[in-house]
Amino acid sequence: MATAEKYVGGGVPRKEDPKLLTGQGQFLEGLTLPGMLHAALVRSPHGSARINSVDVSAAAAAEGVVAALSGADLADEWAAGLPMAWPVTDDIRIPDHWPVAQDVVRYVGDAVAVVVATSRNAALDAAELVEVDYEVLEAVVDVEAALADGAPRVHESFDDNKSYTWALTNGDVDAAFAKADVVVAERYTQPRLIPNAMEPRAVVAQSVPSTGDFTVWSTTQIPHVAKVLFALTLGIPEGQIRVIAPPDVGGGFGSKLNVYAEEALCIALARRLGKPVKWVAGRSEGYLATIHGRDQVQEIEIAATSDGKILGYRVHILAAMGAYLQLVAPGVPLLGAFLYCGCYGGEAYHFECTGVFTNTTPTDAYRGAGRPEATYAIERVIDALAREVGVDAAEIRRRNFLPAGDMVQSPGGLAFDSADYEPALDRALELLDYDGFRSDQAERRAGGGRRQTGVGFSSYVEICGLAPSQVLASLKYGAGGWDAATVRMLPTGKAEVVTGSSPHGQGHVTSWSQIAADALGIPYEDVTVLHGDTHVAPHGMNTYGSRSLAVAGVAVHNACGRVVDKARGLAAHLLEVAPEDLEYEAGTFSVKGVPDRTKSMPELAFAAWTAHSLPEDSEPGLEASCVYDPPNFTFPFGTHVAVVEVDTETGAVDLVRYIAVDDCGPVINPVIVDGQVHGGVAQGIAAALYEEATYAEDGTLETASMVNYLVPSAAEFPSFETDRTVTPSTSNPMGVKGIGEAGTIGSAPAVINAIVDALSHLGVTDVPMPASPERVWRAIRAAQGGEE
Amino acid sequence: MKPPPFDYVAAATVDEALEALADTSVETRPLAGGQSLVPMLNFRLAVPERLVDLNGIDELSRIEETEDGGLRLGAMVRHRQLEHDPFIARRMPLLSEATPFIAHPQIRSRGTVGGSVAHADPAAELPAVLLTLGARVRIARRSLGGEPGSRVERTVGLGEFFLGPFFSALEPDELLTAIEMPPSAPGEGTAFDEVARRRGDYALAGVAARVRLNSGGVCDEAAISLVNGGATPCLMREAARTLVGQEPTPEVIEATAAACAATSEPAADMHASEAYRRHLIQVLTRRVVSRAADRVLT
Repeated sequence: MATAEKYVGGGVPRKEDPKLLTGQGQFLEGLTLPGMLHAALVRSPHGSARINSVDVSAAAAAEGVVAALSGADLADEWAAGLPMAWPVTDDIRIPDHWPVAQDVVRYVGDAVAVVVATSRNAALDAAELVEVDYEVLEAVVDVEAALADGAPRVHESFDDNKSYTWALTNGDVDAAFAKADVVVAERYTQPRLIPNAMEPRAVVAQSVPSTGDFTVWSTTQIPHVAKVLFALTLGIPEGQIRVIAPPDVGGGFGSKLNVYAEEALCIALARRLGKPVKWVAGRSEGYLATIHGRDQVQEIEIAATSDGKILGYRVHILAAMGAYLQLVAPGVPLLGAFLYCGCYGGEAYHFECTGVFTNTTPTDAYRGAGRPEATYAIERVIDALAREVGVDAAEIRRRNFLPAGDMVQSPGGLAFDSADYEPALDRALELLDYDGFRSDQAERRAGGGRRQTGVGFSSYVEICGLAPSQVLASLKYGAGGWDAATVRMLPTGKAEVVTGSSPHGQGHVTSWSQIAADALGIPYEDVTVLHGDTHVAPHGMNTYGSRSLAVAGVAVHNACGRVVDKARGLAAHLLEVAPEDLEYEAGTFSVKGVPDRTKSMPELAFAAWTAHSLPEDSEPGLEASCVYDPPNFTFPFGTHVAVVEVDTETGAVDLVRYIAVDDCGPVINPVIVDGQVHGGVAQGIAAALYEEATYAEDGTLETASMVNYLVPSAAEFPSFETDRTVTPSTSNPMGVKGIGEAGTIGSAPAVINAIVDALSHLGVTDVPMPASPERVWRAIRAAQGGEE
Repeated sequence: MKPPPFDYVAAATVDEALEALADTSVETRPLAGGQSLVPMLNFRLAVPERLVDLNGIDELSRIEETEDGGLRLGAMVRHRQLEHDPFIARRMPLLSEATPFIAHPQIRSRGTVGGSVAHADPAAELPAVLLTLGARVRIARRSLGGEPGSRVERTVGLGEFFLGPFFSALEPDELLTAIEMPPSAPGEGTAFDEVARRRGDYALAGVAARVRLNSGGVCDEAAISLVNGGATPCLMREAARTLVGQEPTPEVIEATAAACAATSEPAADMHASEAYRRHLIQVLTRRVVSRAADRVLT
């Protein structure tokens, strides 16, 4: 198929933007149905407690209240507990997880009762009238404390707080360490992070009692997956559930990649009460009841030669699961498990992860999911190795890069689709003016002033394009990794693209329009993209893990190819030539050698619709579908560079430059890619410098609002400098890889490495995340021999 | 969350507001810019039965010169006015310098001088800055048993106004109507600085300083106050005295900074320990006193 790339690669304006910028976005909070009721949840204020009794009588009697129900009242609603779809080992412990707790609450925010009323305000007021008698139990909130002997058990039915241990070994690790000149061992903590999608979660469930049909609107990233799981959780025949992710979902970052208690609850309430039921999270409620991310303790050891060539890796991590196992939580560390060797070589690799229950909000996939953690560990420890062997931080990366090429075997066991790591590092160094930076740094050090400067690198590789379904099977993932598209030409010459992806800010409508417009040779404006409704798009695996372009986008591309193939047959028939006598370019078939004998795609679309004259064995209509299951992951990579200034008296860090050179393969829309990099980098910097969810010992979330959970704003960031190298993936016909998480994955270690570099002359070798002014000050004091 | 139900009175004049406050049988709170009170209502940390909205009272929004050449800020003057008013920049540059540190532009557009002082938050910038400038508070209430519209007024020095965290000398039936400051004297220099986690956050610690140097370069008068340096917005009198009668040399200033840190009483919270806050107070005191003195000399 000859494709004239008129739109792909160009920065066409996003189709999504005009309505968002003019306040015409269609978000779920704006949905009102006749007779709709509103749910408010009563949540546990205790990290661990037995529920002695729940008295809903005062709430039930309050004005406007239709129902007030405890977990016990609702117990018969569930055909199964909330789903967990990634049992990573055969012996993983999977606790019961009911949408509303029935006997024990296990984290602050665990639901204990629900009040349904005719208005949201009435429901919220009445929820305060529910009396719950708790017997408070001892809580445990820290992964290491949870594994200690005698630790309070989050689930009494298990002997301890371990959920699973998963391990991976490649090569002879002991031998690699035995022959090493140098072994560097580091320990890092990944603070717990709270995803902050701009739109809090919401759900509306509607039942039609006479038919037994349900429609569920949810701010979800995964309407198709959720449909299957709602059917299983509520015992509703799958064909009678329609799930709709509204036209606009205000961000997710993984926090809407789940099946939540409130979704199941609203469906159950709609069924029970025969009326639509709506629930909208408040921001602080979301902090308690929406998944968190990270919260890991990492120990990484690398063995190397005296000139800094890495021989082997040993990694041991503890990963907080929280109080229950949410949808894919146990698998999150596995997404990083193969990447603790980064883009570097070596002979042997061992990784081991233990998932741990704590009395905290459940964790799950948060932007990058496993990969930021892995990248942080390797990109920090390689700096430690550089210091140990006296090699420059850029040079040690160069020395260890895997060779450029296709299907390059990594020590972690995966074959990287297309590796070429040096050009991105070179470009980043060029943008930085590395020599100039080092001389400025030397001058400042010599001057001894209080503002010192440092540079930090992060050369990352990550995994996108989830995923080959058979590989997912080997990792015990509970679903496939394909995605689907249908492309149909409409009689008027326009095209309709139905996608299985479920965009929530990524701009799929724009990108899929670009792909289809080029393939079909029609104007970009003439493509409509339908998504997010299981009745409109019957097949989909949805949007997470930077998979949409490399899977669903490729499905669109392939389906367009099939449409063009069908159109060729029709054009040949109408022009009375053989199909192979036709040339196709920019939406027009012409007879070879007779360029004025043509049929355009709109002409063919109309002819296929009228069906007045079709080739034999051809059906009316011009439409094709593709379900694409990729043969391999994609492995985007790049080098990020942070430059900081540190006030050595106060410990305050100023990020003064941030350079991101990413390689996501060919770019469909550079504006969208830059936007993804900017947002991703901001979230990674947020982890490095600002954000950390903390719990008191009793399980109280201390950072329960945006006052104390420090999401940075644009004021905290310099203008990011972005550039790209382009190394096409070998995993799909478009060569595309994915860019949604790269910024988050690459950035945090670059920032911390920069802070350490700025203070290295003072003897500082580590500053924990987030690097608050006090932590930086303490690191300086400790390095100078003062108390920490 | 959302606020619990409450009654609402929109006052058009100070007398109307005083009238509503005089009925203490109903727990009543004045609503100024609402930048602290409304979040407290939403979190249900404050549950007043009635709000008296001051936003319609024009007479409270004036910036005026006082009889002695000082400055009077009506209680409803917005932070944004302080930030951008050239008259303020000329007469009280410390206010112009410190105001941009208060939260974000949206909050400064609504937040008021009187609301900030009455809230008595030890972490707020404005109370500390006003203490440094020797400000006093004008307070009014409806006279007991008097005719409607008759007022009793009093003036309290800001140093006596703050009694504890979020606790001031204001009685439930009283309204803070204005802040007054004496005129700045020749030879005065001021400065403000703080360290916060993010732009616009409450400061981990902040310091405001005012020094007056005579023609010989010797400090005749000094005032230093702290943001988040104790249970109330606080004037560091003892530390300031170490400057008086001295030339502000680096050694003298270091001694002042050390005294300021030593006599401060910062609290620990999740964002900073007491020890770190004390350290910051020392560093920032050194910096702002130096800068204030430099501003006199240059």
